[in-house]
Amino acid sequence: MSVQLAYLVAALCFLLALKGLSTPRFARAGNLLGAAGMALAVVTAFLHGAVHNGLWILLAIVLGTVVGVPAARSVKMTAIPQMVALFNGVGGAAAALVALAEFHDGGELLFRVATVLTVLIGAVSFSGSLVTFAKLQEIMTTRPVVLPAGRVLSIGIVVVSLGLAVAVLATSSTALLVALTVAGLLLGIAFVLPVGGADVPIAISLLNAFTGLAVAASGYVLANTLLIVAGTLVGASGTLLTRMMAQAMGRPLANILFGAFTATVAQAHSEEQRTVRSGTVEDVAILLGYAHSIVIVPGYGLAVAQAQHAARELVSLLEGRGITVSYGIHPVAGRMPGHMNVLLAEADVPYEQLKELDDVNPGMTSMDVALVVGANDVVNPGARDEPASPIYGMPIFDVDRARAVVFMKRSMRPGFAGIDNELLYNTKTTMLFGDAKDSLTKLLAAVKQL
Amino acid sequence: MIDLLTIFVLAAFVGFEVVSKVSTILHTPLMSGANAIHGVILVGAILITGAAESGVQVVLGLLAVFLATVNVVGGFVVTDRMLEMFKGHKR
Repeated sequence: MSVQLAYLVAALCFLLALKGLSTPRFARAGNLLGAAGMALAVVTAFLHGAVHNGLWILLAIVLGTVVGVPAARSVKMTAIPQMVALFNGVGGAAAALVALAEFHDGGELLFRVATVLTVLIGAVSFSGSLVTFAKLQEIMTTRPVVLPAGRVLSIGIVVVSLGLAVAVLATSSTALLVALTVAGLLLGIAFVLPVGGADVPIAISLLNAFTGLAVAASGYVLANTLLIVAGTLVGASGTLLTRMMAQAMGRPLANILFGAFTATVAQAHSEEQRTVRSGTVEDVAILLGYAHSIVIVPGYGLAVAQAQHAARELVSLLEGRGITVSYGIHPVAGRMPGHMNVLLAEADVPYEQLKELDDVNPGMTSMDVALVVGANDVVNPGARDEPASPIYGMPIFDVDRARAVVFMKRSMRPGFAGIDNELLYNTKTTMLFGDAKDSLTKLLAAVKQL
Repeated sequence: MIDLLTIFVLAAFVGFEVVSKVSTILHTPLMSGANAIHGVILVGAILITGAAESGVQVVLGLLAVFLATVNVVGGFVVTDRMLEMFKGHKR
């Protein structure tokens, strides 16, 4: 009874942790409450359930803490998506292992179904997250990887997995369950490989939902209500985020995940050399310093160059000159949902200055300057105007409708999605080539001179 | 068994309700916070290891305890680091 009560309190803490995220003010307290709930649940489980192997369990927990805490403390904010993918993967693996260990003959059908589901989903989540990690860490190519006959292969793995799942239910064979685990691992790999670099955020959030569901299913296996509630909460949040991301990209989910199979090769643009207008730091400083309103559209490139602080200083300086400045944050800017907000918060940019698409676009035509720093795809007019573009349908910042555009870029290389951007050749656009941090620092000095 | 299904359905509804109100600014912490929460599988891992009868079960269980701990502590610490940075105007 008291054990169930402790689990109930823990579940409430998790719920409040998610609830706290509805405003940045209570978010941190909420997260701490969630951690407290987790501690309560773990201690309860240990005192109540660790009849055998207590010392070994403690040792494993200590070891996990020794590995997990330093990794989480030292990770750079730009690398958060990889870290989340990795933590997600180990969670999925843990769920699969729990179900594997708990599997035995007999039991109710529903129990066996839950076991099979936990193993399968957990395995998919584990291997899928590892591939996602490899893509984000750029250990492997960020481009979609389509194996020869990839589609047939993927469908084959799905069919084999389902067949094995049914076979396990029918026979309760441990060997078949192990085979199912392997099939699940292959399925996870086959599922994430064809997902393109820019779509990886969707894959992470979907895998997050998967792990949640695997944990919920393991709750059936162990008849533990806390696991069911917590796993379901995560499953719901992952599903919802995935849907929001798909909306932010303006494409149906199926197209994002399986698009690489059907996508025609993007037609090569006319080979003629086109000219871009490249400006000096002084030109841009004058453009900015005498504007009335400026919107800054930051992308992942800004964070890679560690230029968030320089950007914030420039904004304060411009505001000091009476100019209205805001940041336009695209939902998929960065490498996971909301990533750019975290990166700017790290540089002490107050969150009130962070504006979304719907807040910025209506006023775009009256913006004097749109300053694009290290972003590319989220301002690509092709997404709006060219039905043939691979990103067609993705809502973008209409910076081409501002009076002037300044594009800060390292080179003419296309963005993460590997798509050419017409905006670079627009007559309104001034290019400022160079490292974002370096350029922003020079701009800062030049604006001070005005 | 139907009790557990009831819990699942209700939790799904509550989850959708709560998460749909999360501020878009906080989507990354939401994901990493949710990530930490599914580390609750640690509870399951402790329970099966504590009741394990065979050597294989103990090994699988302990591995699960280790991985789940990494998930839990890593998830909460990373989320806390992120949320610490979200401050409003100091004026």
